[in-house]
Amino acid sequence: MAAILLLLLIIAFSNFIIPRGANRFRGIILAVFQLVAFVFFYQKLAVTNAGEVITESYRWIPELGLNLQFQLDGVSIIFALLVTGIGVLVFLYAQAYMKPYGHLQRFFFFLFLFSFAMLGLVLSANMIQLFIFWELTSFLSFFLITYFNEKEEARAAAFRSLFITAFGGLSLLAGILLIGNIAGSYVISDWVASAAAIKAHSHYLPGLLLILLGVFTKSAQFPFHFWLPGAMQAPTPVSSYLHSATMVKAGVFLLMRLSPVMGNTPEWNYIISLVGVTTMLIGGYFALTQRDLKGVLAYTTISALGILVLMLGIDTKLSVKSAIVFLLVHAFYKATLFMVAGFIDKKTGTRDLTKLGGLARQMPVTMVITMLALLSMAGLPPMLGFIGKELIYEAKVQLPGIASIILVVGVLANAFMVAVSVFLGYKLFFGKQGDLPKKPDEKGVLYLLGPAVLVLLSLIYGLFPGIINRMVEVALQVVVPKALDIHLKLWHGFNQVLLLSVFTVLIGSALAFFVIKKPKLLGKWSNLNSSVFSFSFTKAFSNMISGFVGFSERNTARIQHGSHRYYILTIFVVTSLMLWYQLYDTRGWTLATNITLQPFYISILVAISIAAAVFTMFSKSRLSSIIAMGVVGYGLSLIFLYYSAVDLAITQILAETLILVMFVLILQKLPVFAKLSSRATKIRDMIIALSFGGVMTTLALKAINVEFNHPISDFFLENSYTKAYGENVVNVILVDFRALDTMGEVTVLTIAALGVFVLLKTRSKKI
Amino acid sequence: MNSVILKIASRYVRLILFSAAIFALLRGHNLPGGGFIGGLLAGLAVVYKGFAYTFREARQSMRLKPEFLIASGLSIVLLSMIPGILNGKNLMHGIWYKIPLGEAMEIKIGTPFIFDIGVFLTVIGVTVIFLLVLNRE
Amino acid sequence: MEIILAILTGVLYTAGVYMLLRRSILKFIIGIIFLSNATNLLVFLAAGIVQGSPAFVDGKAADSSLIADPLPQALVLTAIVIGLGIIVFTLALKYKYFQLTGTDDLDQVKQTDKP
Repeated sequence: MAAILLLLLIIAFSNFIIPRGANRFRGIILAVFQLVAFVFFYQKLAVTNAGEVITESYRWIPELGLNLQFQLDGVSIIFALLVTGIGVLVFLYAQAYMKPYGHLQRFFFFLFLFSFAMLGLVLSANMIQLFIFWELTSFLSFFLITYFNEKEEARAAAFRSLFITAFGGLSLLAGILLIGNIAGSYVISDWVASAAAIKAHSHYLPGLLLILLGVFTKSAQFPFHFWLPGAMQAPTPVSSYLHSATMVKAGVFLLMRLSPVMGNTPEWNYIISLVGVTTMLIGGYFALTQRDLKGVLAYTTISALGILVLMLGIDTKLSVKSAIVFLLVHAFYKATLFMVAGFIDKKTGTRDLTKLGGLARQMPVTMVITMLALLSMAGLPPMLGFIGKELIYEAKVQLPGIASIILVVGVLANAFMVAVSVFLGYKLFFGKQGDLPKKPDEKGVLYLLGPAVLVLLSLIYGLFPGIINRMVEVALQVVVPKALDIHLKLWHGFNQVLLLSVFTVLIGSALAFFVIKKPKLLGKWSNLNSSVFSFSFTKAFSNMISGFVGFSERNTARIQHGSHRYYILTIFVVTSLMLWYQLYDTRGWTLATNITLQPFYISILVAISIAAAVFTMFSKSRLSSIIAMGVVGYGLSLIFLYYSAVDLAITQILAETLILVMFVLILQKLPVFAKLSSRATKIRDMIIALSFGGVMTTLALKAINVEFNHPISDFFLENSYTKAYGENVVNVILVDFRALDTMGEVTVLTIAALGVFVLLKTRSKKI
Repeated sequence: MNSVILKIASRYVRLILFSAAIFALLRGHNLPGGGFIGGLLAGLAVVYKGFAYTFREARQSMRLKPEFLIASGLSIVLLSMIPGILNGKNLMHGIWYKIPLGEAMEIKIGTPFIFDIGVFLTVIGVTVIFLLVLNRE
Repeated sequence: MEIILAILTGVLYTAGVYMLLRRSILKFIIGIIFLSNATNLLVFLAAGIVQGSPAFVDGKAADSSLIADPLPQALVLTAIVIGLGIIVFTLALKYKYFQLTGTDDLDQVKQTDKP
């Protein structure tokens, strides 16, 4: 497994090696590798169908007890087959679809890397590892949505999806950590083993909520569903791959993985079912009033995800089984529908449902494929969709307690699905054709290959459900360990469930009839929708974000006001206050030396320096203040000289001279001092400066009192002559003992010279 | 500044300053001096020339350009590390070679001294760049 | 004597901070110079000052407590030269600023990321 993952990773990156000239087969080459992966997993199907679990483990961070662990069981193999299988078809489709656009290397890189990430996600046996792949899919989704990055909507939608899924990802991580802490491990099998302890622990509910937040954001559940319709800005191959068949199912996958760990508690059942049922209804309801073809599909996807989540929330054997079957059903028909939608978009130049229509003559093959897929979506025989829906109804019927509400809502949501199916089927192929930007035709085998294969599979599995029976059964055993034998059948005989199906179809058809026959009514309904549900999630989201940004901006403007002097002011006030406090806190030392003015010439020197410093502060002339500054510098060098620092004194004299020269050089080109500060400001600044100077004086006095027993200097003094052959210890330190520091210093000087050079030698425009 | 006295004096003063710079560099290991002090002194020599003539002329009359001085100085600093490594010691471990001169005298040349020459050259280059660039503008 | 030198340190810090808080950039640079001088003096002073016996050794054993501490001297020497580099760089920066904006007033520097 790891080998296959590695292969996919390498292929993804080697995409950049494939030259641009090979763009004509790029998608096909990549599809071949997807096929390799698919065949690999298909061969493993026999093993997992026997009920075995294949695991692999590699050392990763043994210090943290983390290993790269992979696990192929009944659940992950279904997902792996979906990812790679649909991957093959999507890459072939993308080859045709993406032809007119640029940046194909980038696009295929992201798409292929996504298949790697998604596969890694479903194969992970370790929750931390799963989380990493989970985040990787979110990021890649962002890059794929924003493929048309010149469109502002695409960028905004990509940001929304990234923000929401990444937020969910973080909360998922927090949840994983909480639960992992209880179990003492991050390996899923350990979690399953300690399921009872986890459920009994007080962190169970917070952990569950955090993880569910991750699940709901990723799988576009209410109230986070709105990023999915926005994600339709992505190129259609992306929509059919990420946003219908695979990535949005990651949440569902996680629910299946965690069901044996955390499932079957009231919290699990109620929270998940409630969210699922809401999402299901909302998705179905809004799907009907969309005018964009991909928008309709996006909302039906939301509805389908709602159903999946609801079924896993109900968490009975039957419901989980129906979820597994419906997962396949939905992947088959929704990927098909997306690809067909992209095809129609390409051929007619529009996705606007008010314009599309009457394509039956121009696109007959497309019509057949679409009709079959729509049958599956509506849950009608002989498609696999029918079996899925029947199972769902059965699971709902058998449910005690709140069953009746869920059943009613479920029937309603399904009726919406039927209505959407009928409406789409009629409108696209028999409805009135509006002004189409292009004259449609049906050229392009690659476009229809994927949809055809998927629809055919849907039909075959619908007719002979026994083929997938074993696979579903094994997966069911993973999710709900003590499974019950329910065989998949197309015909269950007349019973309550079938009656419900008929009822659903009736309502749905009636709805569709109204929508088709009274387009005005649809318009009114749409308007009603927008007035009743004036609360737009997208808008609310962007308001929230811009509000937050505004809040931050206001606060940043307050704290980082940009006034350079006030920064300095703050720094010095805070520093001197803290130093005063520290001095006060460690008070109780006495001055070791006496106040003496001997030798008097040094005292005079100090007095002159002080006078010069004070003079500099208040001088109004530039030249005199600079000269006074020079006096201070030379005074310092004399002090150094007197106190046994000869090298220091020489350096200070030379440096001071150079500084003075440079000041004088630059001075003639600068304006005279202007009186800029008011008297009050000056007094304030003086107080701060005095406080700082005072604290430094005290600090210096205190420092004198500290007894050093210079251990480092002793080393230098002892070894300077014997080992480094130098009598001048200061110089030996500079060039031998601490030569690396000196090298750094010379480099700094060089950088300063470069900086000066660049600043003054380059011309720039006057502001 | 266009003073004949300054110009004539500059010739000798510069000679003295340069000699002092080299002197400071050479004796740095045992007596006050060294690369920094020598470099600054040599820099001052260029200042003197700049004041006596113009800084443009000062630059043009320099046989070694300041950029070259900096580059070669830094290279020498790096080169001085090599003997230490070659001798299997730590980076920058001082290695000394003794060159006997006659009976009782010998010259000791060590990597720290070479290092100091690198510092010397870099400091000259940096100082000259500072002066020339600031004045040119 | 240390006390008087400590007072000089304090005065230099005072002058430095006061100059840093002025609006004219030239004064600001003078402030930097004062601060760097003051800090050099502080380091030098804190290590303990010894009169008349610089850190020279000739291989004979000597009482190290009588010799001036060479380490702070080396540190300060480095600091002086680096300070020179910084000051010249600031000067160049200030000159460029004046060239571009025609003002010496630091309060005009409020926007960083606008051209």
